[in-house]
Amino acid sequence: MSEASLYFLQQLINGLTIGSTYALIAIGYTMVYGIIGMINFAHGEIYMIGSYISFIVIAGLLGMGMVALPVILVIALVIAVFTASTYGWAVERVAYRPLRGSNRLIPLISAIGMSIFLQNYVVLAQGSRDVALAPQISGSWTFGDPQLFEVSLSYMQLLIWVVTVVCMTALTLFISRSRMGRACRACSEDQGMTNLLGIDTNRTIAMTFVIGAALAAVAGLLLGLYYGVVNPFVGFIAGLKAFTAAVLGGIGSIPGAMLGGLILGVTEALTSAYFPSEYKDVVSFGLLILILLFRPSGLLGKPEVEKV
Amino acid sequence: MSQLLLDVNSLTMRFGGLVAVNSVNLAVRNRQIVSVIGPNGAGKTTVFNCLSGFYPPSDGSVLFKGEQIAGLKDFRISRKGLVRTFQHVRLFSTMTVIENMLVAQHRHLNTNIVAGLFKNASYRRLEQEAMDRAAFWLEQVDMLAFANREAGNLSYGQQRRLEIARCMVTQPELLLLDEPAAGLNPNETKQLDELIVRLRDEHEISVLLIEHDMSLVMGISDHIYVIAQGTPLADGTPDEIKQNPDVIKAYLGEE
Repeated sequence: MSEASLYFLQQLINGLTIGSTYALIAIGYTMVYGIIGMINFAHGEIYMIGSYISFIVIAGLLGMGMVALPVILVIALVIAVFTASTYGWAVERVAYRPLRGSNRLIPLISAIGMSIFLQNYVVLAQGSRDVALAPQISGSWTFGDPQLFEVSLSYMQLLIWVVTVVCMTALTLFISRSRMGRACRACSEDQGMTNLLGIDTNRTIAMTFVIGAALAAVAGLLLGLYYGVVNPFVGFIAGLKAFTAAVLGGIGSIPGAMLGGLILGVTEALTSAYFPSEYKDVVSFGLLILILLFRPSGLLGKPEVEKV
Repeated sequence: MSQLLLDVNSLTMRFGGLVAVNSVNLAVRNRQIVSVIGPNGAGKTTVFNCLSGFYPPSDGSVLFKGEQIAGLKDFRISRKGLVRTFQHVRLFSTMTVIENMLVAQHRHLNTNIVAGLFKNASYRRLEQEAMDRAAFWLEQVDMLAFANREAGNLSYGQQRRLEIARCMVTQPELLLLDEPAAGLNPNETKQLDELIVRLRDEHEISVLLIEHDMSLVMGISDHIYVIAQGTPLADGTPDEIKQNPDVIKAYLGEE
């Protein structure tokens, strides 16, 4: 392989890594939109909280002298997912449920309020400066020609891919096969009818917030480990990117969010590889505008059919 | 005399100053087909909306199996065994026929999440029962062959039948059908006619029907209520209604 194609391969690997985490966060946006037709603007903060919790747990366990890394990571994952899910549930309970049936703009504002509240709450509790964690998973698998360009796939990147694939598979099976997943799909199609059939729609809606939050916490742990640093403001930009990914893929569609995340990640990586990296956001958001111009419902979204 | 299943007394619904339903009385006994007819805009669907809990009625009482249900939330009423359909088909159109039938039984499958995750014996038994019940009712409405089709791709008549099957799988005692024959061709209407009669005779449930198709109404009803401009006009057997001068006047106008 030529140097150029090896370089390209490396960027693709990096892009798919970031894209996977965008996809994990984007699921939360797309599922909530699918079921209540609204954007959960506090979702980015849930991701940030997931990241903080996993940092705190990992640092705490290391401080207690624990050495078995897989065990530490699993404990951190469980606690982060549980805590973030509780926050996700609380966001729905506080900012959405009491406003159900009101004008659509009102829950939007309350969710933005929730986002500001959570961000500042973390600033107060943890300080506004970066918190760093030494790299836990080192080492990589390299290939290519050492003379030209060596492509490296780090074990951390591999972990991100594997965890993302496992989560996405589990989610897809849950939605398509399980009883609750069935209720969830019914609810997103016709909430009134679902309610009438005796399904607790409030519980079903709360569940989508919890699932979204759990996946955001997984992304929080993975990206936290990948970058090794977290601050209270990471939720904003990550949330914006994941939201873009969800819209790109077709908001409301779960495969769309997965695809949108990957496309956005790869686009960003390739742009910063071949152009000055400041153009990264210009190109990815330009791509968003282009796709929306030609496919307003996103890549895999269902086109709005006007009923006569 | 069979027992009174639904007993509605002086049901009134006001929207601001407009009286949409004015002192309507209805009685449905066990294993009866009762129809509500009247010109368009007479308030028939509003009566259904009050009975099924879409609106809390402004006044009057609704006794179902002797229990007051006026003002209860819609899902509480449907849990008690009073289930309705709508003028417009409201299926889950992106889900398959069998999934529509299973969603309706969600609450009968109410096992805890641990049982669901590990699919233990009692969970599997409940799932199997739900499947069997779904298959039974699909068979009854002649839809078993379409079980894996997406509901949105069915013909209109099939969607109507699926909607009734989906109601039946929740094991109701009283089925409220809002213009079930609307948009059906004569052949489909005949199938519907037979199905409603079978529901009464074989499955021993009662049906309260709103319908404009007079031959359907006159052919299968045990009792008919006529409403015009929100007010009860007449009630009686199909023969009595056909002879009633007030009814003829309301439908055909005065000479």
